[in-house]
Amino acid sequence: MFLFCTYLLLCTFLAVVLLPLLNIVASSFSDPIAVSSGRVLFWPFDFSLRGYEVALSSPQIVTGFLNSLFYTLVGTLISVSLTIALAYPLSRKSLFGRGPVMAVVIFTMLFSGGLIPTYLVVQELGMINTRLALIIPQAIGVWQVVIASTYFRTMIPDELYEAAQLDGCGDLRFLWKVALPLAKPMIAVVALMYAITQWNSYFDALLYLKDADLYPIQLVLRNILILNTTPGGMTDASQMLERQQLADLLKYSLIVIASVPVLLIYPFVARYFTKGIMIGAIKG
Amino acid sequence: MSQNSAATPLRVPKVSMRRRARRSVTRHWTLYLLLMVPLVHVAIFKYVPMANAVIAFKDYNIIKGVWGSDWVGLRNFQQIFGNPVFWQLVKNTFLLSFYAVIASFPVPIILALALNEIRQGIFKRTVQMVTYAPYFISTVVVVSMTIMILSPQTGLVSHVTGFFGVDKADLLADADYFRHIYVWSDIWQTAGYSAVIYLAALSAVDPSLYEAARVDGATRLQKIWHVDLPSIMPVAVIILVLAVGNIMAIGFEKAFLLQNPMNLSASEIIATYVYKTGLINADFSQATAIGLLNSVVNLALLVFVNFVAKRLTGSGVWS
Repeated sequence: MFLFCTYLLLCTFLAVVLLPLLNIVASSFSDPIAVSSGRVLFWPFDFSLRGYEVALSSPQIVTGFLNSLFYTLVGTLISVSLTIALAYPLSRKSLFGRGPVMAVVIFTMLFSGGLIPTYLVVQELGMINTRLALIIPQAIGVWQVVIASTYFRTMIPDELYEAAQLDGCGDLRFLWKVALPLAKPMIAVVALMYAITQWNSYFDALLYLKDADLYPIQLVLRNILILNTTPGGMTDASQMLERQQLADLLKYSLIVIASVPVLLIYPFVARYFTKGIMIGAIKG
Repeated sequence: MSQNSAATPLRVPKVSMRRRARRSVTRHWTLYLLLMVPLVHVAIFKYVPMANAVIAFKDYNIIKGVWGSDWVGLRNFQQIFGNPVFWQLVKNTFLLSFYAVIASFPVPIILALALNEIRQGIFKRTVQMVTYAPYFISTVVVVSMTIMILSPQTGLVSHVTGFFGVDKADLLADADYFRHIYVWSDIWQTAGYSAVIYLAALSAVDPSLYEAARVDGATRLQKIWHVDLPSIMPVAVIILVLAVGNIMAIGFEKAFLLQNPMNLSASEIIATYVYKTGLINADFSQATAIGLLNSVVNLALLVFVNFVAKRLTGSGVWS
């Protein structure tokens, strides 16, 4: 009886999470007319790829997708480098002044100047309406620094430093030859965290970008879905009704397109993220 | 170090401190160099904005810049407190946040306890994988899905309500529903993720406790109540305390996306108002003042909540 209730409860959880996702995916693979008249439930109705054809023929969407790929790859690379450059010295116990420096970094998690003062800095640096604005200002995540630093400190034994030092191995060479190879799992976690955050964010783009050619896919998605603007590339649908139906369908396929990269790496992410949460949970 | 300084005269540790610093710098100068790059980044993008926040006490003028603009003392703050809209914002922010904290606290615990009860297998893995997945979907996509599913013409919800003979209504255009939609879509997205933390705590429970419970003839419910719940309590308290400490820092992103002219009376929160005042109406000083007020209140809350946590559990969330 107890077990039955547990299974029932879990099935409810499963259904509540899964069914909306299924509905979106099923709709995206359905015929525009079926979608507009609301006949699609959890399985494609009159299977069709029309939604994806329309999405991929829109230059706005393709550009957005490519932009997002660029921001994610370059942004993650810079973020991970900066994070390691900050976390590795802070993990060395013999480094004088690491306590205060860590406090200075942690404090930014508790208090910030706010939206407008940050905007003014980005403006002063001439980054408004450039790709840099999405990559540089938010490059360092304090949480990721804590994770990386904790990992370096707990997973690399002091004896290893001492042995390397006796062999005349400098700090930087030690980082490159010993610490980084040993920290591969942590680097994977941190890189995935940055990549997913970067791929999913839209707010910085909304704030700093004016030129539609620079928009990441999330902002394109927001403009089409939430503001209800129609993208280009649908001129072949001559009739008003058909155009409306396609616009409805497009929203579903666009949701899927914007989530595909994240869902592709999800199996790795699920495994590593759990580890990442645990590393972060070890208190410094 | 501190033990030494207690036993020796005061001057000695001071000198040794300086020597320690010098030795550390000469020995690890490459590390200090490495540290410089990210520290400059933090200084520019975190600490310069804190300094820039002085425009809350000025009448910011683009030509004169942050430091050249005229001081106006507390005029911006007086305007804020005199504005009835502000109190509506505070109320909306607080209600939304408080509702989110309270409603999203028990759900992952229930999910984790249920998952912990069943055997390792395909079903358990499937439930975990599926409930965890929405966490990685972007806010834009979650809001888009919410809009599509709640759409009165084509949405999934209209199917269900139609089936029960309820009239189709546009829930998103109704201010009364905004908070429910916001909070429950949030729970939909994060419950699986939060459950992972509790599951880890549950897997660390000493098996001898279960053994003892079995010997004493405890039912499974009693086992959950007397063994499982007390074991995850410390984690739960920390998570709750952190959530309460961040109650005024509720995110801009989702509220802004779910906003429309019809539900504005419930959906306009401090963060969205700061964005509109500052970047749409270009009233930088006013927007900064509201933001600063919010940050200070939030910092005070965090410090207070950490103090309470220290009293309750013996260890703070940080330090």
